[in-house]
Amino acid sequence: MFATIPLAQERVHEPPRASQAMPLVSVDQVERLYDASSGQAATRALASTTFRVYPGEFIAIVGPSGCGKTTLLRILGGLLPPTRGKVTLRGEPLTGPRSEIGYVFQHANLMPWRTVERNIALPLELQHLPKEEVERRARDVLALVGLQGFEQAYPRQLSGGMAQRAALARTLVHKPELLLLDEPFGALDAITRERMNLELLRIRAAYEYTAVMVTHNISEAVFLADRVLVMSHRPGRVVCEVVVSLPRPRPLENMGTPEFARLAQEVRAAIDRQQEPALPG
Amino acid sequence: MWVARKAGSTKDDAVPSRRAGWFRRHRTEILLAPIVLATVLLLWEGLVLWRGYPSFILPSPVLVARKFLVVLADGVLWYHTRSTLIEIALGLVLGLSTATVLGYLIAKSPRLERILSPYLVAAQSIPVIAIAPLLIIWIKDPNLSKVLICAITIFFPTLISTVVGIRSVEPDLIALMQSLRATRWQILTKLEIPGALPVLFGGLKIGVSLAVIGAVVAEFIGADRGLGYLINLSRGILDTPLLFVALVSLVVVAVLLYGFVSLLEHRLLAWKRIE
Ligand SMILES: Nc1ncnc2c1ncn2[C@@H]1O[C@H](COP(=O)(O)OP(=O)(O)OP(=O)(O)O)[C@@H](O)[C@H]1O
Ligand SMILES: [Mg+2]
Repeated sequence: MFATIPLAQERVHEPPRASQAMPLVSVDQVERLYDASSGQAATRALASTTFRVYPGEFIAIVGPSGCGKTTLLRILGGLLPPTRGKVTLRGEPLTGPRSEIGYVFQHANLMPWRTVERNIALPLELQHLPKEEVERRARDVLALVGLQGFEQAYPRQLSGGMAQRAALARTLVHKPELLLLDEPFGALDAITRERMNLELLRIRAAYEYTAVMVTHNISEAVFLADRVLVMSHRPGRVVCEVVVSLPRPRPLENMGTPEFARLAQEVRAAIDRQQEPALPG
Repeated sequence: MWVARKAGSTKDDAVPSRRAGWFRRHRTEILLAPIVLATVLLLWEGLVLWRGYPSFILPSPVLVARKFLVVLADGVLWYHTRSTLIEIALGLVLGLSTATVLGYLIAKSPRLERILSPYLVAAQSIPVIAIAPLLIIWIKDPNLSKVLICAITIFFPTLISTVVGIRSVEPDLIALMQSLRATRWQILTKLEIPGALPVLFGGLKIGVSLAVIGAVVAEFIGADRGLGYLINLSRGILDTPLLFVALVSLVVVAVLLYGFVSLLEHRLLAWKRIE
């Protein structure tokens, strides 16, 4: 056990397949503490975490509940400053939210007073783009996620899957280079989740994005990702990485192959090792 | 095709725009109202005839109606009603603007809340009726003091509903706006105001009813016009029919104000009525 973790960490530091390219995001010894607040002691949510994301990669992050996955994603999105360490985007330090980063929240997070179409148009509206362009681009992305016919519906008229689709469309509408997804399909049933996973890959044909996605679901992680990063107990850090070398495009039938099962088992074993009490130090 | 039709139909029955639909839904209330009114008037008339009360104790509805036509024709009723309406309108503008601005600041700053809340709680515990005479003594202009009393009565419910409303805005929606690099102004206009509106309307509905009470209290204590003054005056000269006319006018003013706020709410919060 002592032997496997440092080895795995080394692989995290130097991803073999893309070490020559310039990373899109690099996370260097990032830590995050939450200050003590009313009745709550100060929390160390994230321990020194280091990894890189290369252009065009799909990264999945898995780890025990409360290990700091959302904290890490918020730091990547510039929504939360790290206590220590630094994050760079194409070599430049990240100091706040950026238009080339899109964030999809754990729940759909739509404005209930806006129709689907106007929810999706929000990012463009905030940029004061001309009205026709806003409408055209909102319609395009609405079709991309398969929500035609629901332009004028309100969020509470949507099913969970449709609401999450709308949230995805809202993020895609301004074509961010980097998509950050925080368990976007966590609340969906297994079948809808699979369909959304396929859709996520299908959208990639329409436009090339880089993604970092937090998930609790191992097969989802293996199905989507090029690399699966496994985090330790709180305070979390990336302790191990599983490279998923399955070829793309990936059909749903992939999930039945022995190679898929082997990779899923590898991820599961890495997570299971984290279920034991955190190692001292 | 099916999808398109489904979305269209949900929208139609979700946002009732056609008058026929509105009438159908409210048919019971609409048909019941004149029946209730007629029954009350008949019972009232019957009571006066049966017991033979003198008009200064309980005037008959016919007498009140006659009085109503007289004061309506000679402009006395409108003179007083207008005065009360202007006070309420100015009091609402003053009370709403100060309470929403202060409420917003308190909602945004826990520190400000800690500093201000003891004074606010203390101030709120004093009944307006108790400070109204003081205000009338201190402020020379009787119109200003009446507007102030009206503003004070609606201040606290509006303040509290603003704080609750702004705090009820989903923190993740604020994070979303930040991730989209929205300005403070965009967060206020596109998220915080629409998000707080449902709670704010709850406070406003209580507020307008209180505003009417505030105006009458002010007019009772020190005024030479207004419906509250008219009530006081008619009691003094034992003109009970006139008192009834003033009372009914006050009710009409209150109901119209409440109806106006409800209509506004109905328009602005159409999305709330879906499903
Ligand atoms: N705003 C905050 N203030 C204080 N502590 C926080 C805050 N946000 C998160 N924490 C704490 O930091 C730790 C990590 O939280 P985080 O939300 O990042 O975990 P997570 O891995 O996303 O969990 P889950 O899988 O349940 O979503 C938790 O112990 C949590 O209590
Ligand atoms: Mg989380």
